[in-house]
Amino acid sequence: MKEASPAKAYALHLGVIALLFGLSFVLPEYHHGLLARIMVLAVFAMGYNMLFGYVGLLSLGHAMFFSAGLYGAGLAVIHLGWSVPAAFAAGLACGTLLALAIGMLALRTSGVAFMIVTMMFAQVFYLIILYFASRTGGDQGLVVPQSARVLVVGGTSLGLTDPTVRYMSALALFSIVLLVTLAIVRSRYGRVLVAIRENEERTKMLGYDTFSNKLAAVVVSGTVCAASGAAYALLFGYVGSTFASVQYSILPLLWVLLGGAATTLGPLIGTLFMYYVVDVTSGYTSAYLLIVGIALILLVLFFPRGILGTIRQRWLGWLP
Amino acid sequence: MAFGPHLLLAALEGLVTAAVLALTALGLSLVFGVMRVVNVAHGEFFMLGAVLAWAISTAISGHAALGFLAALVLAPLIVGLIALVAERLVLRRLNYNPEATIVATIGMLYIIQQLALTFYGPEARPVEPPFSYRILLPWFGYSGYKLSIIAASALLLVATWFVLTRTKIGLVMRATQYDSETAQAFGIPVDRVYAGVFALGAMLAAVAAVLIVPISQAHYLMGQDPLLLSFIVVIIGGLGSLRGTVVAAVLIGLSDGIISVFFSPTLAKIIATLLVAMVLVFRPQGLFGTASR
Repeated sequence: MKEASPAKAYALHLGVIALLFGLSFVLPEYHHGLLARIMVLAVFAMGYNMLFGYVGLLSLGHAMFFSAGLYGAGLAVIHLGWSVPAAFAAGLACGTLLALAIGMLALRTSGVAFMIVTMMFAQVFYLIILYFASRTGGDQGLVVPQSARVLVVGGTSLGLTDPTVRYMSALALFSIVLLVTLAIVRSRYGRVLVAIRENEERTKMLGYDTFSNKLAAVVVSGTVCAASGAAYALLFGYVGSTFASVQYSILPLLWVLLGGAATTLGPLIGTLFMYYVVDVTSGYTSAYLLIVGIALILLVLFFPRGILGTIRQRWLGWLP
Repeated sequence: MAFGPHLLLAALEGLVTAAVLALTALGLSLVFGVMRVVNVAHGEFFMLGAVLAWAISTAISGHAALGFLAALVLAPLIVGLIALVAERLVLRRLNYNPEATIVATIGMLYIIQQLALTFYGPEARPVEPPFSYRILLPWFGYSGYKLSIIAASALLLVATWFVLTRTKIGLVMRATQYDSETAQAFGIPVDRVYAGVFALGAMLAAVAAVLIVPISQAHYLMGQDPLLLSFIVVIIGGLGSLRGTVVAAVLIGLSDGIISVFFSPTLAKIIATLLVAMVLVFRPQGLFGTASR
């Protein structure tokens, strides 16, 4: 791989952010709303990519981090009447703590065992949500009241239900996470993570503490996913156990595989692409899981690098 | 009912669960043991077995036992064939890479589930049991069919054990499991062994489903619980160990039966899943398995 030139990479990412900003003013209402949702979910995918793409740890349980943020923020508003920033922070904190605990346990395993362990912890989390249905709403879910979803900035209060405010909040979160990811990936720490992915034994031999590096990656990944979940609860006003089910652990994997693992913009491309494929095909068939299934198999069979991964390999070696 | 008979009833129910679970988990364990493939679609092969059993038994008129027997033979064969095709088309092309095959079998899970929903529908449908003889115990009557499930499953387990340890086929399978490259060098068609094992694993799940479907019902989402429980059994029992799988299945089946009679089933699942995750974290070779090579 060619050495990435920092100016080019940052210009590309700022360009993408500017494009998304501009789209806000030209998109028709339906696609405007859809894109806001896609940006929030792309943050989830970016968090997943942090661990899967760069460290090479395939987790099948990231729905628990997403829903830790979702429920952490949502329940804080519903039951405790917290303000939006406090609830968002609560969601983040839940995700960070959970990721720390799960990371300490799950990282004792590797390979296939890691996948199964993360899947099982996520299943436990899902069942706990169902078990405390009186508080969490179980599989019916809960609606975060519209009156509580107000962000007070300075003297003005912005309703998060307003499409423009919602879009811009989603874009702000997305941009922050995208730039932080880019900075992490380009840092020394990012290179250590890739070294662990490529050859953990050798990295260990070179004197790096691989366990704590991996643990830090799990925590960062879990926190980013929780940020996405918390934003989802606050912006779209719904928390439900579906978001904790296995399916929501599989979806970020699919998005990242499609967009390109270990590329900074891949998660966005993958989420965008998959969302629109499902959106278009749902006009013809209700069998959207069928499309997810076929996409997964075709991707691992013929296209394991994903869209951006292939572009980077063929044409643009500098793509971060 | 007094506590004693209640416990007996729970234990009997648990044994039925254990019998079906042992067969299903054995399939998963064989596939993992020999091929090193974690088959996430295993539960869907189970579901397919049950759905096909319904289709076959309703297609055949006459005595209920006739349709059931046809289902018992045909459903696993069809499921085995489907698994064979899936193995040839997908898993072999991935060179059995553990991570890629997990993603691919997740894909299979969604495809099979969605096709079942499209063609079979969202309803739960019953299959008539081949006979409905009730055994009268002093405290309660118990379905004779349920007891025959336990017997049939035990028979199949013994048969599998016999094939694995006493026949040429079993020897070839164990050689492949132990060291596939050396096996290949000695002229064992490793590629075909893999295909056969994957089909066999799916067939075991399908047989288990046909046995259980007269007392539960065929439904397109019924594969999820068996998948999770099979994972639990295989992990507790130690991967690739037949004896461990059976012991763990009885243990899990009994405790699942007893706990869900006396406590909330969700709580039982939470505790069981958490315990198993901890076993995997702190004792990855399983409670009965030996340390991996």
